[in-house]
Formats: sequence, C-alpha cells, structure tokens
Amino acid sequence: MGSNMAEAHPVGFQWVMEARERGADVIHVDPRFSRTSAMATNFVRTRAGTDVAFLGGIIHHILEHGRDFREYVLHYTNAPVIIDEGYQDTEDLDGLFSGWNRDKGSYDTSTWRYAGMDVHASAGQRELGANQGEGAGHGAHGGGLSHGEPPELDPTLEHPRCVYQILKRHYARYTPEVVEEVCGVPREQFVEVAEALCRNSSRERTSSIVYSVGWTQHTIGVQYIRAAAIIQLLLGNIGRPGGGVMALRGHASIQGSTDIPTLYNILPGYIPMPHAHAHDNLREFIELNTSPSGFWGNMNAYTVSLLKAWWGSHATAENDFCFGHLPRITGDHSIYPAVMGMLDGSVKGFIVVGQNPAVGSANSGLHRRAMANLDWLVVRDLVETESAAFWYDSPEVESGELDPASIRTEVFFLPAAAHTEKDGSFTNTQRLLQWHHKAIEPKGDCRSELWFYYHLGRLIREKLAGSQEERDRPVKELSWHYPTSGEIAEPSAEAVLREINGWNQDDEALSSYLELKDDGSTACGCWIYCGCFADETNQPARRRPASEQSWVAPEWAWAWPANRRILYNRASADPQGRPWSERKKYIWWDEEAGKWTGEDVPDFQPDKRPDYRPPDHAKAQDAIAGNHPFIMQPDGRGWLFAPAGIVDGPLPTHYEPDESPIRNPLYGRESNPARQCFRRRFNEHNEPAEFPYVVTTYRLTEHHTAGGMSRFVPYLSELQPAMFCEVSPELAEERGLVHGGWATVVTARAQVEARVVVTERMAPMAMNGRVVHQIGLPYHWGSRGLTKGDAANDLLEVVLDPNVHIQESKVATCNIRPGRRARANGPPGRGR
Amino acid sequence: MTDPAYYGRPILKPPVWKREIGWYLFTGGLAGASATMSALARASGNPVLARRAGLVATAAVNASPALLVKDLGRPERFLNMMRVVKPSSPMNMGSWLLLGSGASTTAASLLDLAGVAPRLRTALESVAGFAGLPLSVYTAALLADTANPAWHESRRELPFLFAAGAAASAGAAGVLTTPSEHAGPARRAMLLGTAGSQVAARVMERRVGRVAEAYTTGEAGRYRRAAQVLDGLSFALSLAPGRRLRRLGAALVLAGSAATRFSVFKAGFQAAEDPRYVLETQRNPRQAGVGTAG
Amino acid sequence: MQHPPGSPRACERAAGTRPVSTPARTETEAWPQSYGAEAQPRMGFFTDTSVCIGCKACEVACKEWNLVPEDGLVWSGESFDNTSALGANSWRHVAFVEQTTPLRVDGDGADGGDDPLRWLMSSDVCKHCTESACLNVCPTGAIFRTELGTVVVQEDVCNGCGYCVPACPFGVLDRRELPAPDRGGRPDGRVWKCTLCYDRTRDGMTPACAQACPTESIQYGPLDELRGRAAERLDKVVADGFAGARLYGDDPNDGVGGFGAFFLLLDEPETYGLPPAPRDSTRHLGGMWRGAAAAGAALLAGLGAAFLMGRDGGGA
Ligand SMILES: Nc1nc2c(c(=O)[nH]1)N[C@H]1C(S)=C(S)[C@@H](COP(=O)(O)OP(=O)(O)OC[C@H]3O[C@@H](n4cnc5c(=O)[nH]c(N)nc54)[C@H](O)[C@@H]3O)O[C@H]1N2
Ligand SMILES: Nc1nc2c(c(=O)[nH]1)N[C@H]1C(S)=C(S)[C@@H](COP(=O)(O)OP(=O)(O)OC[C@H]3O[C@@H](n4cnc5c(=O)[nH]c(N)nc54)[C@H](O)[C@@H]3O)O[C@H]1N2
Ligand code: SF4
Ligand code: SF4
Ligand code: SF4
Ligand code: SF4
Ligand code: SF4
Ligand SMILES: [Mo]
Repeated sequence: MGSNMAEAHPVGFQWVMEARERGADVIHVDPRFSRTSAMATNFVRTRAGTDVAFLGGIIHHILEHGRDFREYVLHYTNAPVIIDEGYQDTEDLDGLFSGWNRDKGSYDTSTWRYAGMDVHASAGQRELGANQGEGAGHGAHGGGLSHGEPPELDPTLEHPRCVYQILKRHYARYTPEVVEEVCGVPREQFVEVAEALCRNSSRERTSSIVYSVGWTQHTIGVQYIRAAAIIQLLLGNIGRPGGGVMALRGHASIQGSTDIPTLYNILPGYIPMPHAHAHDNLREFIELNTSPSGFWGNMNAYTVSLLKAWWGSHATAENDFCFGHLPRITGDHSIYPAVMGMLDGSVKGFIVVGQNPAVGSANSGLHRRAMANLDWLVVRDLVETESAAFWYDSPEVESGELDPASIRTEVFFLPAAAHTEKDGSFTNTQRLLQWHHKAIEPKGDCRSELWFYYHLGRLIREKLAGSQEERDRPVKELSWHYPTSGEIAEPSAEAVLREINGWNQDDEALSSYLELKDDGSTACGCWIYCGCFADETNQPARRRPASEQSWVAPEWAWAWPANRRILYNRASADPQGRPWSERKKYIWWDEEAGKWTGEDVPDFQPDKRPDYRPPDHAKAQDAIAGNHPFIMQPDGRGWLFAPAGIVDGPLPTHYEPDESPIRNPLYGRESNPARQCFRRRFNEHNEPAEFPYVVTTYRLTEHHTAGGMSRFVPYLSELQPAMFCEVSPELAEERGLVHGGWATVVTARAQVEARVVVTERMAPMAMNGRVVHQIGLPYHWGSRGLTKGDAANDLLEVVLDPNVHIQESKVATCNIRPGRRARANGPPGRGR
Repeated sequence: MTDPAYYGRPILKPPVWKREIGWYLFTGGLAGASATMSALARASGNPVLARRAGLVATAAVNASPALLVKDLGRPERFLNMMRVVKPSSPMNMGSWLLLGSGASTTAASLLDLAGVAPRLRTALESVAGFAGLPLSVYTAALLADTANPAWHESRRELPFLFAAGAAASAGAAGVLTTPSEHAGPARRAMLLGTAGSQVAARVMERRVGRVAEAYTTGEAGRYRRAAQVLDGLSFALSLAPGRRLRRLGAALVLAGSAATRFSVFKAGFQAAEDPRYVLETQRNPRQAGVGTAG
Repeated sequence: MQHPPGSPRACERAAGTRPVSTPARTETEAWPQSYGAEAQPRMGFFTDTSVCIGCKACEVACKEWNLVPEDGLVWSGESFDNTSALGANSWRHVAFVEQTTPLRVDGDGADGGDDPLRWLMSSDVCKHCTESACLNVCPTGAIFRTELGTVVVQEDVCNGCGYCVPACPFGVLDRRELPAPDRGGRPDGRVWKCTLCYDRTRDGMTPACAQACPTESIQYGPLDELRGRAAERLDKVVADGFAGARLYGDDPNDGVGGFGAFFLLLDEPETYGLPPAPRDSTRHLGGMWRGAAAAGAALLAGLGAAFLMGRDGGGA
C-alpha cells in the first residue's frame, strides 16, 4: 500500500514477482492502477489519503473476529498494559485525544502514559512544543521503567483501560461499511483483503506489508505506518521471516542519510541533537534522553564514543568529551520552515546538495521565490538544475514576476561527481551497507562530496589555525585526518568507513557496538554501524553469491546492526524460545548450548534465557525479560499503543487530508489537529467549493524524482518525453478533456499544464452517493533538460506531518480544464 | 481495442526505397525488352530497328545502375553487391544480370555504330537479347520475394505484368526512334504489350483478393487509373492515321507502362502502412487467395 | 530450509557474474552445415511477457551497450509506450496494452475486484528466425548466421540497399536516417537491428537486455532448454487462469521454422503488434523464378510474334 514498487523499485520487485509465482497473493491498494497493480493478483482502488480508515478497518476485523495471534500479543506487545486513568480517546472527544492544547496547537502527552508510572518522551519533545517534533521522534528510548516491566498489567486483557480494550473501543466504528464510505472500497472487497491477511498470518505463515511515500507524504503519514505496525503486531508478523512492515526507501542511500543523518535534529545512530537550553552538560543530556531500561540505556557509551571519534584526544572526561562542541538546536530547523525564513529574509544563505527543490519540493514555486530572496546560494549537482538556474529560467522569470537583473541572490554552481566516479557505500532499504567502487575518474571540475567537505574543512582549519577565539575551538580541535590519493587528492572513503565503525585505544577496529564504553576508551562514528569494518576488513564490500552460503546470505554486504538481517528476530520463537513452527523456524533457544542460535544473528543477548526475569533496578538490556523481543523499547514490548514519542496521538485515527473534497465521516475533526501549516502568501489553502477534484502525484520508472538524473539523459527522456496527467474517461467527459490534448490543472497556488491521458486505469470513486474524481500527475518535470514540462509541485501547499515534517504531497484538491495554461498575463502558475 | 493490431501501427516496415526504384522497374524492363527486340530485328533482317532498339537498350541499361546506386544508403558501397553470388537474393542476381546485359548491350551498340566486327557484334547482340528476357522480369521476383502482402500475394501475376509492360515500353520506344517503315514489329510489340499488361493487371487484381485494394486505392490507385487511361488512349491513337498521332500514342504507352510500375511500387508502401493487409492475408489466407506457407 | 529459488540469481546478477548455462548435449546445433566442428548449441531468447513489469531496462541497456542513438523525444499517447516500434534505433521495444479484460479469466478472486483491468507489457525484439528472409535476400551478404545460430548485420558490409526491410515478416529491420559521425553528418544509410549482443554472447556473456531484466522476463540460453522451460511455464500460467496465454514462435514447423527469440504471450499476437502467422516469403522463391522464366518465355514469344506477324516494313 502506498507503494508503486514495480515502477519505483523494479529491481527489488523481482522478489515480489518470484513470490507471486510461488503462490503468494500480492494485493495492491492504490488510488491508481499502475504497473504495480498490473502485476498484483488483486488490485484495490482507494481514495488518496484514507489508508488509516482502511487499516483501522483491518484492525477492527482482527479484534472483532478474534483473529489476533494471542500468545504473541500477550507476551510481545503492550496489549495487557493498563493506561493512565486520565487518558481519553477520540471516541470520547469527537476526534481529539486527551491533552489537546488549543493555543499551542499541540498535545500534552502525559495522559497517554502507562498507569502508575511515567514513560517520558525524549527531552527534545518534552521540553519544547512537542508538535514541533524536534526530538528524534523515537521517544521509545525515553521512559523510566524502574525495571523492564510496566507496573500494571492485565494478562486476561479484560481491564477496560488495558491497551487491548482501548484498541477495541478506538476501532469499534471502523466497520467495513465505514471503510466503504471513507475509502470508496466496496465492503466485500475490503473484507476479502482483511481475511486474506488474517488467513495468511499464523504460526505457519507470515504476511508482510510494503509501503513507501504513498503513505509517508500525508499530514498523518506517521500514523499510517503506526497502523500497519499495529496490524502486524496483532497478527504476529514482526521479527519473523516473511513478516514485517517494509519501508521502501528512496534515493540509493536515503537510509544511510538518516542513519548518519542529514537531518537537523539527530546525530549519527539516532542520538537526538542537543538543545540549546535543555542540555548544558553531557550527564543531563544523557539522563533526559535515555531510559534506564532497553538498549537505549547505553546511550552514554554511544554518545561518548561518537564524541571521541570527532574530537579524538581533545575529548576527555574532564571536558565532558567536548560535548560542548556539539552544535545545538533552538527550534524547528527543518527545511520548510527554513524556506519560509528565506521568503521573510531571515535566512540569507542556502547550500543545496543533491537536491532540486525548485522542482522536487512541495510548492516548488514558493521555493523558487524564496531562493530569489537570498544573499547567496550554493548548488552542488551533476547538472545545472532548475534550482541552480531559477534566476534566469523559471515560470516566474518567463512571466516577468521575477527579473534576473533585480534578483540579488549570488548563485554558485559546483559540479559534483556521480556515484560511478567515487568509492563509497549505499545503505539500502534493508539496512544493507553495499560498497561501490569508483569506475571512472570524475571529469573536469567535478568532485565527490567527500573531496569537497574534506578540503573545505581543511581550508577553514588552516584559516583558523591562528585563532584564539573560543568559538573556533570545535573546528580547530576536530580530528580531521584522512589519507588522500591521486592528483586531485581524493580522501579515502574506506578511512571514513573505518572511523564510522570505530576503534579502541590500541587503534584496533571494533567488531560490535557491545564493545562501546562510556569512559572514552572507544571511538565510534555511528554506533549502529559498529562492526562494518570488523577484522579491519570492508564488510560492505563482500559479494559472496547466495549459492555459496546460507539462504539468509549473511556474507552479501553488511547489515546494521551487527549484520542482523531481521530485526527483533527473537520474536520468531515463542516465549519459551521454541520456533513458532518448523516452517517459520529462524532464531531459537538452544538449551544445551545455553544460547540463542539460528539462521541469523540473534537480536537479543545471546545467553539471556527465555525465562530470565530482570531484578529490580536492573539497567539497560538487563532490564528486559527473556520473553520480550523488542529490546529497543523500555519494556521490551511492541507498542500497539504509543505512550510516548508520537506527537499527534497514541493511536492512528482517520483524519481527512489538509485539502479534501469531503468532510470527515468519522469525527467532528476534519484534519489532523496537530498538522504543521504555513498559511501565507504563495501558500494559499484551497477552498473546497472551487476545487472539487483530488490530485495525487507519483513516479514513473523512466524518470527520477526532480529529473536531474533523468531529464538530462537522452535514453531516459525519450521513454517519457512529456509531462502528462492521468484522468478517467468519466472525468474527461465531465470536463471536456481530449486524450492526447492539453489540460491545465489549477490550485490556489498555481496552474500546471500537461498532456491528457484518458485511461480506464483511473476511475471515479463512489462514496455514499458522492462521486470523487482523482487526477494523477507524475512530478518529474521542470523547465530544464531534454524534456521540459511544468512541475507538479507548483500545485501543492506546504503542510506537514508534525512528527517528521514530511509534506503532504500525495493528496490535494484541484480543478482541471482543457487547454494550456495562461502565460502572458500575471505570474504563470498563479491566479485562476 | 478498436485499432487493428497495435494502435493501428504497421506490423511490417514500409520499403525505404525512393522514386528511383520505381523508375528502375521501368528502365530495367525497357532495357531488357529493347535488347531482345534488337537481337530479333537483327535476325529478321531489320538493321535499322536493330540499331535503334540497341541504342534504347544501351541508354536504359546504363541509366539503371545509376538509379540503383542513387537509392543506396551507402552508394560508395555499391560494389558490395558483387561481393557474393547469391541465387537466394533476386537483387544480387539482378546486379550480375545488369552487369552482364549492360556490358553486352553497350559493347554491341558501340560496335554497331563504329560499323566494325559485325560477327562479334551479332554475337553480343544475341547475348544481350537473351539477358534482356530475365532483365525485364526479374524485378517482379525481387518485389515478390518480400513479406509485403501486395507484392508477395501477387507473385504469380507480377512477372507477366512486368513482361508485358517491358514489351510495351520497348515497342513504344522503337516506334518513337525508328522510321515507321522499319517500325512495324515495334508497333505490334507495343500493342501486344499494352493489351497484355492491362489483362495481367486485371487478372492479378482478381486473384489477390482483398490485397487488391492496395493497388486500386490511394496513390497506387491513381497510377493504376492513369495507366488505364493512357494505355486506352494510346491504343486508339496508334490505330489512328497519321504519323504524328501514332508517335503521340507511343509516347503515351511509355508513360502508361511507367505508371503501371509506379502503381505496383506504391502498392507495396500502402500494404505495409496499414496493418489490416497483413492481418487479413495471415488470418484467412484462403479468402485472401494465398497458399498457406506454414 | 533450502534456497528460495532465485536468491543466488539476485546476488550473482548484482555481481554481474550470472553464468549462462550451456547444456551437455543438445538437439539444435547451430548450422553445422556451415560451421561444421565449430557449430555450437543454438542460443536464443525466451521472453516471458507474463512477468514483464514494463520497466524498459532492456531498452536502455540495449542502447547503452550497443551505442544505439536516441531517436527523438516523441510522446505517443499510446499508454506508456513512447518507443512505438522496433527499428534501426530501437532494438528492444516494450509494448503496453491496456485492456478492460479481467486480469485472469477464471475469475478466481484474483480479478482485481471492481477493476476488470489488465495492462499487458511485452518486450519485442528481432526473432532471429530459423529461416530468416532478411538473411536470404541480402545481396551483399552483410547479414550472416553466427556460430550461435543468431542473425547479425555486418555494419561494415551493409550498403543500405534496403532489400531486407520489406523482407522481414516482423518489420524489425529499418534504415538509419540519423546523421552518422563517420560520414560527416550525412545520413547513416545502413540497416540496424538486434545482434543478440554478438560481441557479448560470443564470449559466453548474457546479452545486455537479459542481464538488465529484473524479473527474468527475458531469458537467454540454449534454445532447446528455453523451449522446454517455456512449455512448463505455459502450463503454469494457464493453470493460474490466464486463458489467453500461448507460446509464440516456439514451433519449428511454423512459417519461419521457429524463432530463435520466442515469446509467451497473454493474448493474440496482433494485440502486441505481432503478425499472427508470419511466413518466410523467400520459401516461394523457386516458384517465383519459375514464374519469371515463364514470363520471360512469354515475352520472347510475344516479341517473336511481333516480328513474324505481318510483312510490312519487314526489311529492305
Ligand atoms: N524509477 C524511479 N524509482 C524511484 C524514484 C524515482 O523517481 N524514479 N524515486 C525514489 C524515491 S526518492 C522514493 S521516495 C521512492 C518512492 O517510491 P513510491 O512511494 O513507490 O513512489 P510513488 O510513485 O511516489 O508513490 C507510490 C504510490 O502511492 C500512491 N498513493 C498516493 N496517495 C496514496 C494514498 O493515500 N494511499 C495509498 N495507498 N497510495 C497512495 C500513488 O498512486 C503511487 O502509486 O522511489 C524511489 N525509486
Ligand atoms: N509532489 C511530490 N513531490 C515530491 C515527492 C512526491 O512523491 N510527490 N517525493 C519526495 C521525495 S520522496 C523525494 S526523495 C524528493 C526528491 O526530490 P529532490 O531530492 O529535490 O530531487 P532529486 O532529483 O532527487 O535531486 C537529487 C539531485 O542530486 C543530484 N545528484 C546525484 N548524485 C549526486 C552526488 O553524488 N552529489 C551531488 N552533489 N548531487 C548528486 C542529481 O543530479 C539531482 O539533481 O522529492 C519529494 N517531492
Ligand atoms: S535504479 Fe538502482 S536502486 Fe533503483 S531500482 Fe534500479 S537498480 Fe535499484
Ligand atoms: S525477425 Fe526479421 S530481421 Fe530478425 S531474423 Fe527474422 S527476418 Fe531477420
Ligand atoms: S540493407 Fe544491408 S543488410 Fe539489408 S539487404 Fe541491403 S545490404 Fe543487406
Ligand atoms: S540482445 Fe543485445 S542487441 Fe539484442 S536487444 Fe538485447 S541488448 Fe539489444
Ligand atoms: S527489462 Fe524485463 S521487465 Fe523490464 S521491460 Fe524489459 S522485459 Fe520487461
Ligand atoms: Mo524519496
């Protein structure tokens, strides 16, 4: 669901085809019939932005018909846990949870906690408007359980305030009828899907749910994934082979760029970024961000090792290991607020690396205008993208709204080397680090990122060498020594990998994060990657064919953490440590050997007996019982109900998208109350009356995202040489659109023209009497390259999910009319 | 799906040949039949006609390669045609044929003009005369030996159509170039040929079934009708009294036989551009008048 | 638990080291009459369109490996197919057919509920015919049969006569009119088509398109092995409810003596723009020569008659 896997992950999709050929049902739930739908055994057309209703319906179906995997649910999830009596559900408050603060537009989550104790969220969230979600967003590692067990449990699952009963009540009204009314999915078809899922989830069988940005790019995107997690926990499909909630990630190493983050609010390995006012010293920082129980109980060791990796000998116990050198955050510094800052003139410079916001970001028109209001802009890219050329080549310039002569932004374009021109690693969807070797030398002035940042740092440090300024110490004291080679002095990527892996005092590569210490005796650039350079060898570079190793293929590249292929795999055995079934055997307890063994690296302390029970005041992983697989959680249980860490509700609830042609049939609340809005000029909100249709955006196999890597390549451009819109015959009829002709899609933000594709693959949806038409737009086009076209993103409003600040680019309202857009008068893409 | 086949796109590729090839179909026939006529004239003691026909043949046979080379994608590689001797390729055979008949015809004419070596000349004339027969008809096999429905389905009739056309054009050329008192055989060849080519065309259209449309519609159809008119007129004129009108008639015959070749040439394009021809001939070969070949 | 089928494939493909199996013994040797001792097992393609996901990796890989030029950014509006046909500049062509026929005809639940939609995708290529008209008619011998039984145009011999273009019963070959670097920008003028990656297959490598195909819709291997695999595959696909499924070009007794590159289709060949009953027209050449001979004789007779009839102007 929410994935166009055949088109966006064609190579990975070979396994889905393989599964289909071996008898698996492949069910595709999507607003459009895509190449993925064509391959599925069952296609379900849904209305964009309604998946929580669909998934909630499945949860309802499971609970209503007692289809849950009871033994798994009892021991491995927080179903039996009793919740604070202050908690009130959306059922009681017509779409709100308890703790809503209307003025702050955010929740106080304290009433969502476990009864009798305080599972507190990570400091980032607790101390500052949680709806800004600056915290690392995985408050799971908050939570001060004195030992691994929550104080109040009801194994009978009868207690009215136990999670199981709360879940039942919360989803009571998500009936097949409601699913049909909200999603437009015929109830019979829905039940068929729900049943197929239940039927295929048991001791003998597992089902997996695949999602991608069709789920994440919504104002309740995080809740979509939570809903899937709840289903999989109820059905016992997590930590077991063939199960899971599979996020198909985007750019080749987008997973890597969150592990070793390009995000403003986390440090490598998901350690939260310290906050200016909250964290004066290391101890405070650790205390506020760790729970004594669970693996996050070792965060001090991870953090200290990171500081040692960065500031080496300068980092000592005396100076808090240079904790003070770390940058601090003071609020929401994510990209969209930053762009608003550019418009307002408070942000003066912008470095764009490997991104093309002038095409790729929601409301790209707003981004171009923002960039026109800077002092300077640096773009590092393979080609001169729209983001580098916006000042002389953009719809705004074409229309005269922007005049190159009067734009004062100084633009620097720096040519970048592509992945074929440099060594390095990609971390893929499966957390697999895969090494790639340089195939050819970069041409001309093209340089790798590594080269650029290393030499930039080197030059800055040379300039600061003489400085006595306190503020310059963090840079001066950095350990910035990487061997370089070749005439362009390219730094060694392997040296960087080794630093990420970490070493001990004797400068020997570490082999596991279990070796990390908080006394400064170990250095490690990213604790979850520790072991990727074990035995001084580049583990990600391993390429042993599966035919020469076990079916899990542990010697193909390297997976974090600890080369573990399936996370939480202790759940593949029952509470006593026996495989749930022979067929689904994966990790089990070997009594003789007194340790966990199996096909994969156990995601558990190897010698922790299934019957181990933590003594009081046990710490970290020792506080987790032997029958609780979810070792990153303070209570070792999978969270059906999220007592902390999520800012817009402990349970997924259906809200309409920020822009929707219909009112929320379930609650008085239309949209996610906690969503992040930026109502302002250039970011106007659509009035439903004027914009009766739903528009969704997506990808084509033939192009890549904002087009920098495809619209400039002849062999790809010729395969999809024009921006188009997909409409149903019925909508074409209604609006007089002609196949092969032109149409203009209109929102309050912009007008975008596209060739018309009239196809049965699009169809109107009937939901209790009302017909909803959906329009499909690929978002790959821009004003440059071999194939040019309007950017779908010009149409969209910037409105975000409050947890992770992802834009709602999968659904908005619009209007459509035949013909091309107005050019001459007024800013193009504006007005109606 | 309403479109025939795939979005109505051609299943076969239309020929890449340009007008030169259409003209070559004409000059080849003209050259071949003229050479034969020249030889026969010599044998029947009509040196005047023999020399004139020989010169026409020489002109036409030398124009032919020029036309062929001009149409090649890589003219500089014309000689590659002579890399191999390949009976399975009518075009390869044709190239050798053209070489042979071109050489003999030209040599014979030169000797005739120079008035030397009469024996050798006569020998060469008869060689050219014999080579002329295949030369004037092999192009029919060349076209028929393709997957093109219009050409392949009419493989039985095309050779006769071309033979008749060749006779007609050679005859007409003879009439135009030869004093009428010596041009009797040419005139008769012209009349026979003209009649023959009209008959052959009719038979062909009846026997090829639906594919006939490719000949009777579009540009091919227009050439076809032009040919009918021209042939008809010329027939009338050539019977009319007065040298002028008869010469005009002969000129029309030349135009007519050229038009016939072009209608065949163009029919191939039309049959390839519309996938229906392929579908019909292959779905129900019988009705389309085609022997099933697997 | 043993290997899930295919997982070796993934790694080996990813490592670019997927081996091409060559069977111990084989019925179909590639033209022993011309290659004698050097004759090898005949190699070819089985394109299984039932698993084609329409990613066009085959088209791109082909162009990359064979340096086939980009030939125009033309939007066709014909589903997702903007390549439109095989030709001098497209040696693989992925067809897209949108149908309102249920995905599976047996309606066993898998009919996509209210959307009786089916989107057929199929990657077309030169068929490397057993009896290839193109090869037979080529006057220069530019087209030849390799020791692997594949049909290849020698670009240094072809003179662009264009005879093979109408000869091919599948409309595969075409003349390249794009400017050629080696001719100072004048049109290239030669014909081009799939070489079955002769420069790779010769050395035991997999053709670029097959190597790139993520779902093994394109399978390269010894022809008999492929035919065996295809027959089994057809049984399964039909059992799965794809009633219209059929093999296309697997029969040595068809009009071209069987394809070296054959297909599993889910519908009539013409749906994909393929001829329903392709024939090697050169099979009739004998008859045509005889016809020509007869016509030649008739011509002689006619001309003879013209001389014998009437006495006027007979001679001096
Ligand atoms: N060829 C190619 N591959 C790519 C990319 C590319 O640009 N081109 N981009 C890469 C990147 S960066 C990413 S993030 C991934 C993205 O991979 P995907 O997420 O698979 O790509 P999309 O096509 O953007 O969106 C997936 C599907 O979500 C559907 N959808 C939209 N709204 C909803 C909804 O409300 N509910 C449901 N159930 N479905 C919905 C859309 O119709 C679309 O079919 O692909 C990666 N791979
Ligand atoms: N409407 C709508 N909008 C969307 C989406 C959607 O589904 N719908 N999807 C969203 C998603 S998931 C994503 S990921 C974004 C992507 O949107 P962007 O990231 O803005 O667009 P890309 O084209 O991926 O930009 C990557 C650029 O990096 C360059 N590049 C490639 N390799 C290198 C390198 O090694 N170094 C440097 N310096 N540059 C390099 C490429 O040439 C390219 O121009 O779009 C988002 N926007
Ligand atoms: S582009 Fe690369 S990452 Fe994306 S599917 Fe193809 S091979 Fe995989
Ligand atoms: S398909 Fe056409 S080009 Fe290919 S071998 Fe057969 S006849 Fe020749
Ligand atoms: S075009 Fe080239 S390959 Fe085709 S027949 Fe002529 S010479 Fe042979
Ligand atoms: S075999 Fe080679 S030449 Fe033929 S289509 Fe595949 S990649 Fe292209
Ligand atoms: S690469 Fe394979 S799956 Fe992709 S289009 Fe070609 S044949 Fe189909
Ligand atoms: Mo992405």
